[in-house]
Amino acid sequence: MIADIQQLEKDALAELENAQAEDSILAVRTKYLGRKGLLTGLLRNISQVPIDEKPLFGKRCNEVKEILETKIDEALQLQTQGKKEEILAREKIDVTLPGRSIRSGRIHPVIQIRREICEIFASFGFSVVEGPEVELDYYNFEALNIPKDHPARDMQDTFYIEDNIVLRTHTSPVQVRIMEKVKPPVRILCPGRVYRPDSDVSHTPMFHQIEGLLVDKGVSFADLKGILTAFLKKVFGDDTTLRFRPSFFPFTEPSAEVDIRCVICQGKGCRVCGQSGWLEILGSGMVDPAVFQNVGYDAEVYSGFAFGLGLERIAMLKYGITDIRLLFENDIRFLKQF
Amino acid sequence: MLVSLKWLKDYVDLELTAPQLADRLTMTGLEVDEIKTIAHKYSGVVVAKILSVRPHPGADKLSLCDVTDGSQTYPVVCGAKNIKAGDVVPLAKIGAVIPGGYAIKATVLRGEKSDGMLCSEAELEIGDDTSGIMQLPTGLTLGIPLESALNLGDTVLDVSITPNRSDCLSMIGMAREVAALTGKKIKMPVIKIKESTEDIASLSSVSIVDADLCPRYSARMIKNVKIGDSPIWMKTRLEAAGLRTINNVVDVTNFVMLEMGQPLHAFDYRFLAEGRIVVRKSKVGEEFVSLDEKSRILPENTLLICDGKKPVAIGGIMGGLNSEVKEDTDTIFLESAYFSPSSIRRSSRRLAMPTDAAFRFERGIDPEGVIRALNRAAQLIAELSGGSICKNHLDEYPQKITAVANIPLRLDRICEMIGTPIAAKDVVRILKSIGMAVRKEGKGKYLVTPPTFRVDIEREIDLIEEVVRLYGYDRVPTTLPAVSVTEMAVIPRLDLEERTRQLLIGSGYSEIINYSFTSPASVGYLCLPLDDERRNFVVIKNPLTEEQSVMRTTMAYGLLETLKKNINNASSNLKIFEIGRIFLARKAGDLPEEKNILAGLLTGKVSGDLWGSKVNVDFYDLKGCLENIFYDLKLDDCRYCAEISEQFLHPGQACGLYFNETRIGYIGQVHPEVMRKMDIKANAYLFEINIDMLEKQINRRITYREISKFPAVTRDVAFVIPFAMEAKKMLEIVLSQREDLLENVVIFDIYVGKGLNEGVKSLGVRFSYRALDRTLTDTEINSIHDKIVHNTVRLTGAKIRA
Repeated sequence: MIADIQQLEKDALAELENAQAEDSILAVRTKYLGRKGLLTGLLRNISQVPIDEKPLFGKRCNEVKEILETKIDEALQLQTQGKKEEILAREKIDVTLPGRSIRSGRIHPVIQIRREICEIFASFGFSVVEGPEVELDYYNFEALNIPKDHPARDMQDTFYIEDNIVLRTHTSPVQVRIMEKVKPPVRILCPGRVYRPDSDVSHTPMFHQIEGLLVDKGVSFADLKGILTAFLKKVFGDDTTLRFRPSFFPFTEPSAEVDIRCVICQGKGCRVCGQSGWLEILGSGMVDPAVFQNVGYDAEVYSGFAFGLGLERIAMLKYGITDIRLLFENDIRFLKQF
Repeated sequence: MLVSLKWLKDYVDLELTAPQLADRLTMTGLEVDEIKTIAHKYSGVVVAKILSVRPHPGADKLSLCDVTDGSQTYPVVCGAKNIKAGDVVPLAKIGAVIPGGYAIKATVLRGEKSDGMLCSEAELEIGDDTSGIMQLPTGLTLGIPLESALNLGDTVLDVSITPNRSDCLSMIGMAREVAALTGKKIKMPVIKIKESTEDIASLSSVSIVDADLCPRYSARMIKNVKIGDSPIWMKTRLEAAGLRTINNVVDVTNFVMLEMGQPLHAFDYRFLAEGRIVVRKSKVGEEFVSLDEKSRILPENTLLICDGKKPVAIGGIMGGLNSEVKEDTDTIFLESAYFSPSSIRRSSRRLAMPTDAAFRFERGIDPEGVIRALNRAAQLIAELSGGSICKNHLDEYPQKITAVANIPLRLDRICEMIGTPIAAKDVVRILKSIGMAVRKEGKGKYLVTPPTFRVDIEREIDLIEEVVRLYGYDRVPTTLPAVSVTEMAVIPRLDLEERTRQLLIGSGYSEIINYSFTSPASVGYLCLPLDDERRNFVVIKNPLTEEQSVMRTTMAYGLLETLKKNINNASSNLKIFEIGRIFLARKAGDLPEEKNILAGLLTGKVSGDLWGSKVNVDFYDLKGCLENIFYDLKLDDCRYCAEISEQFLHPGQACGLYFNETRIGYIGQVHPEVMRKMDIKANAYLFEINIDMLEKQINRRITYREISKFPAVTRDVAFVIPFAMEAKKMLEIVLSQREDLLENVVIFDIYVGKGLNEGVKSLGVRFSYRALDRTLTDTEINSIHDKIVHNTVRLTGAKIRA
């Protein structure tokens, strides 16, 4: 009987060895270990085993059963693993195809610059204010010390709506409107659209400016230099070289034009800076006493400075845009780049 | 202002190089835009002398010359008639290249050898004279290059003069500034007048009718002039300054204007009726032909210079054709006057005649320079044209031109304003260097009188500017202001704009900026009704183009134009938005209403050009985007009311956006007819929202509501309702039953088609029930749910679909 067990084990293992597919392995299990299986049959016939062989026979039967179960499980496991791998292989995708999502849109480059500048000045304590784009001649010119029939009006060509109503040529009228309403100290920033009849690669009839104004007791030209230096270094980098040079604006005196070392040629002279090595970035100056008088501030008590800059110019320098008109053509291929 | 350095050196010694000078000027407020080099346009031309001239044996029109350059004699065949032995002339030697690229070679002309060419002014492009060989001064060294003999090369600075610095609109003005910067002395031209015995008073007179417009008018007369070309030195100077040369009289008036800043005018005396001048304002409808040969109806109150009968010049702007200096002019009546700056400016603007003279008068000339310039010009005219200056000059000066004097200046005010201490002696030195008279009036106090040419200096602050400008902006330290802490009112709308911008970007929309002006045709394309307020344009009086002639009253048209441009560039999937203003006109004289608008446009495929993307966007894609914004802003009560209030929207796919009864905007598909008219081949969806109104809806208060720990139970029901019935209506009816345990109701399916009758749709609604304090039992839910469904059916007439 013992020999039967050994033969059975040998046969079973041989059959298992040959079983390739899952079902033939399962067939081996049924044939030997099933309820009507051969090993089960041997065990069922234990009564016919001589009494002294019984313990050994039982032990061997169990051993063989265990061996077969293990081997069959292993074989089955190998089978399923293969199958799983096959399934996974079938599920392979092309990971290089683009993903499915809503692609973000872009903020207009001019607005990005505006935001950056507003944030910098917010950190200096400046608040954003607004004013009308269609403006009275009084606020756009006269209150800013630019009387009618004054040559300073030539500095800004103007779109007229009526004799005394214009499209604002700069954001400076807002400072007058605010000062009329608020007593000093004042620290404001006014971004917005402005208009001048001009159209070529460096001019559009509409563009954006940011105007800043600080008024308090004891504000000096050195303070103007300090704030604007800090600001320009934040925008163009700490190693930016800048210069302040005398200029003229009717509403500030002394007035200063602020230049930075050309960001394209580093001062060597190029087409962008007109060979000068410098780029005009903003206009500024100490508020003219005539403006203070117009808004009822005492120029003997208060002083202050104002500055203004064009956002398109900064955007063009920053992104290397050579034709300003591109900024308003709204070609999506252009806008997507920022 | 074009500043020739050669000319400048007539008045001030200059040791700086052109770039150095440019930098110094720029850093003291006279910005140099460009440094130009003027070079001669030929090579190999020298000064030579004609030794002999004899006729060419084989050609009547040619002559044979022997010409020497001092070391060698050359045979030259010449066709000009104006040469004789002893003339000093330009000789282009063999190997020379004259303008136009002509290389001079040894040649034989009709059998005679010619080893060079004698040149005219025009051939060398030194001047316009084509009449014959250029005649050079006899004293020149033979053989030296023509350009060094005539000192032809020059460097010119293009200086932009700010409107306040009228004193720098002249060479002497620039020289004064350069002298102040470099510490040099200014060399004024010496004016010597040789007068004849004939008194001008016996020939002419001036009477000023409108003294407020012309406070001073002076004149001289020069008789027996010979009109001809100006000498090279004057021509090169005028040309370097960008002026055309005309003749030896007109050139002098231009030269002195550029030299001294005083515009002048020369009349031909024989055309002055009664030989006298009357200065008066124009009358209504007066017509005048100026030197530019244009006839104009003059606006009333234009200042006119008249003779005894008629106008002969527009005062301070341009002379008249009727009294122009001609080739045969014999007697010159020379004018030097002071005109009211604002009157000149008004007239020059109205007449659109921005002449060099008007430019200087309107900025203010030196009232004390009028006579000096008159004498200088008379002297030069007499010298260049051989005329004789009549005795005395006329000087009508009925109204004193006041000059500012004794401006108080405080040293401590200067230091406060600049933010750094400046020594008193530096202040005084700086002011004196630019011609200011400084008088000490106590400790740190001065009285300053500016020179008469500095018409821009009137107040203490003007003096402070001069001090800091010349002290050097770069020497002022940088400090940060010690500013009091202030709180300025913030504009909440700006935060809202920024937040919406972020949300739109996140939804794939890109920001655009359109011009605020538009075409008046825009409202026609949008089919706006005739009484629509958006037809009340703010009209620009002087637009650049018709397409930019009115301020926009809607953002829709700009978005559609942007769409059209992009489609033309093959970008047909577009998600764009703009934040900006629209402008609605009020009554004349009032500023328009400016509204802040957020607007967006959607067109193309849902997922753009992505692979597998075939679905076109529709109304709900754009609506979803708005809902997302409202969700973020915690505005869950926006009502979408189907309406046909916008004629440019599809009547079946458009609605107003309402909060309570306030309409804040619209959303919808653009009407196919509008797209056809605008020639856009696409379907597009638009929205416009008034941001000011949206901002008012925002409630920033958030109160926490308890959330349940117990599970929710859902029940799905399909209601069959008429096709036209809005989903919103169903939900409202469901929610109107106010069942506390009903946590949520959503529409999860819409079905039309097979299995349903014509004209109905099936609305799949999911009810979700939950209690805060317990797990709901089936029995409990069923009774509530059945009641709700039953009531809904009763109230809507819906059928339940199995």
